[in-house]
Amino acid sequence: MAAGHGRAPAERRMVNDIARQLGYLPAEEAAEAIAGHVRRFWDPRMRARLFALVDDGADGLDPLAVAAAARLRPQ
Amino acid sequence: MTLLEEPDFGTPPKAGAPTVTVDVDGLPVVVPPGTSVLRAAAQAGVDIPKLCATDSLEAFGSCRLCVVEIDGRRGTPASCTTPVDDGMRIRTQSPHLERLRRGVMELYISDHPLDCLTCPANGDCELQDMAGEVGLREVRYGYEGENHLDAPTDTSNPYFDFDESKCIACSRCVRACDEVQGTFALTIANRGFASKVAPGPTSFLESECVSCGACVQACPTATLQEKSVVELGMPSRTVITTCAYCGVGCSFKAELRGTELVRMVPHKDGGANEGHSCVKGRFAFGYATHPDRVLSPMVRDSITEPWREVSWEEAIGTVARGFRSLQERYGAGSIGAISSSRCTNEEVWVVQKMVRAAFGNNNIDTCARVCHSPTGYGLKQTFGESAGTQDFKSVALADVIMVIGANPTDGHPVFASRMKRRLREGAQLIVVDPRRIDLVRSPHIEAAHHLQLRPGTNVAIVNALAHVVVTEGLVADDFVAARCEGYEEWATFIASPENSPEAVEGVTGVPATTVRAAARLYASAGNGAIYYGLGVTEHSQGSTMVMGLANLAMATGNVGRDGVGVNPLRGQNNVQGSCDMGSFPHELPGYRHVSDDVVRGLFESQWGTSILPEPGLRIPNMFDAAIDGSFRGLFVHGEDIAQSDPNLQHVTAALASMELVVVQDLFLNETAKFAHVFLPGASFLEKDGTFTNAERRINRVRAVMPPKTGKSEWEIVCEIATAMGYPMAYSHPSEIMDEIASMTPTFAGVSFEALDKLGSIQWPCNAQAPSGTPVMHVDEFVRGRGKFVRTAFVATEEQTTRRFPLVLTTGRILSQYNVGAQTRRTGNVAWHPEDLLEIHPHDASERGITDGALVTLASRVGETTLRATVSDRMPVGVVYTTFHHPVTGANVVTTEHSDWATNCPEYKVTAVQVALAAPVPAGVD
Repeated sequence: MAAGHGRAPAERRMVNDIARQLGYLPAEEAAEAIAGHVRRFWDPRMRARLFALVDDGADGLDPLAVAAAARLRPQ
Repeated sequence: MTLLEEPDFGTPPKAGAPTVTVDVDGLPVVVPPGTSVLRAAAQAGVDIPKLCATDSLEAFGSCRLCVVEIDGRRGTPASCTTPVDDGMRIRTQSPHLERLRRGVMELYISDHPLDCLTCPANGDCELQDMAGEVGLREVRYGYEGENHLDAPTDTSNPYFDFDESKCIACSRCVRACDEVQGTFALTIANRGFASKVAPGPTSFLESECVSCGACVQACPTATLQEKSVVELGMPSRTVITTCAYCGVGCSFKAELRGTELVRMVPHKDGGANEGHSCVKGRFAFGYATHPDRVLSPMVRDSITEPWREVSWEEAIGTVARGFRSLQERYGAGSIGAISSSRCTNEEVWVVQKMVRAAFGNNNIDTCARVCHSPTGYGLKQTFGESAGTQDFKSVALADVIMVIGANPTDGHPVFASRMKRRLREGAQLIVVDPRRIDLVRSPHIEAAHHLQLRPGTNVAIVNALAHVVVTEGLVADDFVAARCEGYEEWATFIASPENSPEAVEGVTGVPATTVRAAARLYASAGNGAIYYGLGVTEHSQGSTMVMGLANLAMATGNVGRDGVGVNPLRGQNNVQGSCDMGSFPHELPGYRHVSDDVVRGLFESQWGTSILPEPGLRIPNMFDAAIDGSFRGLFVHGEDIAQSDPNLQHVTAALASMELVVVQDLFLNETAKFAHVFLPGASFLEKDGTFTNAERRINRVRAVMPPKTGKSEWEIVCEIATAMGYPMAYSHPSEIMDEIASMTPTFAGVSFEALDKLGSIQWPCNAQAPSGTPVMHVDEFVRGRGKFVRTAFVATEEQTTRRFPLVLTTGRILSQYNVGAQTRRTGNVAWHPEDLLEIHPHDASERGITDGALVTLASRVGETTLRATVSDRMPVGVVYTTFHHPVTGANVVTTEHSDWATNCPEYKVTAVQVALAAPVPAGVD
């Protein structure tokens, strides 16, 4: 996980930041918007780390971010 | 080219159509109403002798040398202060006029040193020229009487001398400081024969002079003279080029003797600066020839070993083999590059092309990531284009100017002078800034409102301003209905009570009455213009704030004409250009997403390679991935990320964990400490290419001297790509621009030839706008309809605590530039030898801190030591410093927090504690 120096994983902080900004939207729309933003701006390895965070129990992840991750995950 | 001497028409031009016809010595000329006789004559090709007049300053009428005779008028009026009348018949030469002029010159010369042959201004002295022009042959008064010949010379300024003995008291320097620069540092002291120019009761260095050079430029004698001219002599040829400091992008005449640069003189025809300059562009170019410059490539196997000079061939081979080896072992995405906003468009283009075509990934980012990436995001979302809306000239038509999170007098001084001129003419000013920046109250300028908000509450403020506009019926309904979308939903959100000035007062610290008054002032202005800087973008809600400003401008109809707009004041000279050139990992040139199959197909076809449809890593993501182990090699082009980027401990750990770091720079900077290959770069004086400034103006950068390293930077990049198996070759940078134009619709009409013909071009430049586009979104927004975006305020996670009770915000000052690599190697250190911590008297007193005391500045990620300066321009609870000196390393304390949309670091909000530094024990150095 991209952390280091006692920091929280960067992807967790970043996706939570996005979720906080878009949290005003209805949940479904918010999850879609977060997924869209991540898809548009994140390198695939960062998305993979997000999936790993979810798989690891989603500790500290905003529920909207978890929902977004589900939309991003390759089917 | 020989020395370019620009014509001086004596007085400034007047706006309007040429409708007034006059006759000058039998020559007819038609000029706009209000034009002076002096200027009309000059336009007719008749030069009237003058000393106190020059066309950058309003007429003064003191020297009496420009007297003329006018049919039907009594006496001999001064032509500089006499406006033309239709049908006027003017004589500029007659025995009477000649006698008068010789008399004037006799008086001047009777109190002037007769050392022309050894004077530094010999050959460039208007007094000398005028003596010749009026036919002065004798001075009847002699030279023995009372005079000023023994007056002292003030040599305190690092760049120019003030030789009082040569002063003719024409006031041009005083007026230049007032009218052009707007600092009012100079005056005429005393009266009568004792009258003299003075920078107040002190020396030039200690005075309020900002060393912009306007006074030196205006001086008709050698009174104010560049030290370089005194030392080297008069230059003999000119190369017109563009400054490499801030995003104003001033045009300069580089004046040389042979290959030696004597001085940089602001170019009157420069669209961005129109003959003005600041201390950095005008004088601080000495770094280009500083002995610290590295001129040979160097390599080393590990960062603990000493550098070894090698040939270019070996260095380039080492880079290419090393990067390919990393890709073979760790995958194609294990390497990347950072392009530079200090480099030319052509250089940036080849760097991103190297990454996409030779590296085979999209791991390209630019230092705009850490400054204006939210501008790109926010303006693209709302207006449809990642750029400011106006040209700089537009400010001259603004009625209300809102300056948010910017300090133009320090960061963008030449634009600030334009702005101050408009404010002196009567435009109203609103400043939104935690600090009481100089603009809030300076000579002849006082902000109508200063919204001294708490750092981190920008979005709450802009929402409150918009709330007032919407709820008080100040919306430009027709504009919104005709040109925008999403208004109703946004208006419902913004009108909700939680966005009212009263509701957010507790968060922002700004009285609701002040917010309401400011909103009313901006909304009811004929022309309301917004100018913003990094105080807007470098926040966790940087992108949201940019969209908030766009919302505000659209709601009030302040987009799409002169005098209005949303205007980012870009930090570095080519931030706009480096972004335009496709330096973001998710966008191909022209801000087109890599997932766009059509656009990607165009590039794949032209470049003969495949391009990944997925975004690459941004700069902070590269650091995270380096520590993670998936990112192993980095090419850093002209940036010092180990000083400029936040949370330096993290940055340096990332750099140290990489196997191949390649740095291309002028100097062995902080990042080079972690490099394995150092490729010496070229200064802007050695480059041929283009820069694009904050107003989208593409300007030519012309080589003043050949590259000291023997290679242009674009050539080096092409050679690396070629050595990696992807041939890249151009015979001249103009070919790179031709490629840019062929693949980037907004640059379609741009070429070196067009630039040389037009001087500069503001993109978009295409078939519809062959000369460029000074003002954008005139009839419709680039995206069609302007889009209102909901901008909910979300407080930053970086909050003060008991342990870290103060908020640190960072910025820069006039005399230094960013990490200081350039300006620290010039005479500018006279003004700013070290970074200082500004702290409010209350916060200082609570901690026992006095002015000049050494203090520690600590955040949860790091600590540094610097001197304090106690200042009531800081609000209580907020401290401020600059990041110009690596010794201080202000970014040791800044954190990982960043803009939610772009990862632009939150430099402007760090919770810190400040304490007196422990005294150094006796006997310890």
